[in-house]
Amino acid sequence: MGSPAVKKEVPVPHPLEDLVRMERIPHIWCSGCGTGSVFTACLTAMKNTGINYDDFAMVSGIGCSGRGAGYINIDSFHTTHGRAIPFATGIKMARPETNVIVFSGDGDLFAIGGNHFIHAARRNMDITVICVNNFIYGMTGGQAAATTPHEAKSSTSMGGNPESPFNLPLLAYAAGATYVARWTMLHSRDLADSIEEAINHKGFSFVEALSPCPINYGRRNKQKPLDTLREYHANTIIKNNADPGELGIDFKQKVILGKFVDIEKPSHDEQYHRLYHETSTKS
Amino acid sequence: MKHVIEGSHAISEAVKLARVDVVSGYPITPQTHIIEAISEYCANGEMKAKFIPVESEHSAMAAVVGAASTGVRTFTATSSHGLALMHEMLHWAAGARLPIVLGEVNRALGPGWNIWMDQSDSLAQRDTGWIQLYCENGQEAMDTTLFAFRLAELVNLPVMVVIDAFFVSHTFEPVAIPEQEHVDDFLPPYEPRIALDPDNPFALFQMAPPNVYMEMRQSIHRAMEHTLDIYHEVENEFDAVFHRRYGMIEEINCENADIILVTTGSATSTARQVQMDMEKQGERFGILKIKTFRPFPGKAICNALQKAKKVAVLDRNFSFGSGGIFAQEVKGALQVLSQGPVVFNYIAGLGGRDITPDIISEVYLKTRDRDLPPCGSEWLGTSPRDEN
Repeated sequence: MGSPAVKKEVPVPHPLEDLVRMERIPHIWCSGCGTGSVFTACLTAMKNTGINYDDFAMVSGIGCSGRGAGYINIDSFHTTHGRAIPFATGIKMARPETNVIVFSGDGDLFAIGGNHFIHAARRNMDITVICVNNFIYGMTGGQAAATTPHEAKSSTSMGGNPESPFNLPLLAYAAGATYVARWTMLHSRDLADSIEEAINHKGFSFVEALSPCPINYGRRNKQKPLDTLREYHANTIIKNNADPGELGIDFKQKVILGKFVDIEKPSHDEQYHRLYHETSTKS
Repeated sequence: MKHVIEGSHAISEAVKLARVDVVSGYPITPQTHIIEAISEYCANGEMKAKFIPVESEHSAMAAVVGAASTGVRTFTATSSHGLALMHEMLHWAAGARLPIVLGEVNRALGPGWNIWMDQSDSLAQRDTGWIQLYCENGQEAMDTTLFAFRLAELVNLPVMVVIDAFFVSHTFEPVAIPEQEHVDDFLPPYEPRIALDPDNPFALFQMAPPNVYMEMRQSIHRAMEHTLDIYHEVENEFDAVFHRRYGMIEEINCENADIILVTTGSATSTARQVQMDMEKQGERFGILKIKTFRPFPGKAICNALQKAKKVAVLDRNFSFGSGGIFAQEVKGALQVLSQGPVVFNYIAGLGGRDITPDIISEVYLKTRDRDLPPCGSEWLGTSPRDEN
């Protein structure tokens, strides 16, 4: 007696499998976390640019999103806390033809590494910075960050956060970034398209991706994972070219998403080449 | 009364009882529980202190330097890369002679990333002018934190209270938490020697040209020597209130021991057990636990070790190109003896690897069975070298 014929299922490879170190999967991100969705958008964008994978490098700092550099199957760096941008700057200086992507979190990029962000933007370094903003230090257990909303609870602000958060697109714009956009992880197509545009943009490009941290932010602020996604859906509005001054995050009003800055300005490597290399070959 | 709490929270509780005024903090594993608990005490009113969640460890130390300069009691805590990032400010705190207390949870440095136990982070700060006190367990962490404020304020130097990552920081143990009134008896309100005061303005930390700088450095050295002089006295005060004391060093059955094992931190507890177990088998060795690393109690260590034939220093740290750091210091201390013991140096337990009873036994047997140590340090428990 033979067993009933079972239709043999051929496993379909994940469309991004060529970009992921599959031996590192499963990843460490908690269920309900948005970092994986932002990471997927980033990999999709890289694929859609059509640029050879060998011409990319990914750099990340410390934190949950910082693990991205360990999962991507291209040259990658997992740097010290806050220093992803200086490492990326060094790579770009040495290898200007490389597309350098910084994939990191709000705590890493805007607190301990905040100084590096404004200076890379000022130089118009031709790198792409993607910030997974979950409003908290997720990996260390939910301490108040530079992005934690005013009065929000965290493990270091149990009485409510007395501080106010950064408006990240405004900071990027004021410091000299030449491409600035904000999406949520729920707007996956817009986010991927925006990251693709940011990679293709010559100069310092910044994409903020709002992303839930149900374990370490949501739990303390009475927000279940789906509540956060509903907020991303219902309490956001797309307003391209909005005034960066209006972009402070307050879900009681509408949080503004879209592309806010996209200007052409010579990048750091172009300026450097013009002032140093071209001059020296002329003389 | 004893409560079962984790080592990190023993430090947080002590900070609360010490009536600290300003605390800064930046998250880093495995330290974070210390500042989380303190921030909660500040939020629920158990502490009157002000807590600031700063943007980096460099800022954490800078903020308490600023606060301490106004004459208030201050605390922060960190680990590993956080301590390395604080390095500049550590020099500053000591140079400014501010009695800041820092909770430091020993953790390895990257790359490769490693969040586990390793003493290389704090020992790399040995020349910054900080007093460094290493603790074996939660009770010692609690007591040492209280002691640290008193000592710091007497000698005007900052103090680092050091505990092992996870082995102490995350281990729950019964810890006697003292009553507030007893702590107040031991630790009077801080009376600063110098403080920023609008009625009596100072310009602090100005230029120090060659004609004064060297004397300023010598005064830090003198304060360290003074610390060695008064340590015992401060312990007497502590003992009178809390009935516990630890000493700069602890000699555990060292009388007439031919072999003495030198340990620090939680590995000492393992060594105590191995000592008892081996004694039943007729094997005997002494243990010297070093608690105070800065100032280094060289004279006391020399006295404790001089009659031994062999000394085995177990280092959970390494200075590349040289050897284990405690072994270097112990060898230096023994230089004054014309015929001192020979010193063996063993490296174990880096990056969170456990120092098991078997490793301690191996240290003893290897020392027992050889007359002289090999040149350099011996690494225990590492896998054989891959020649490819």
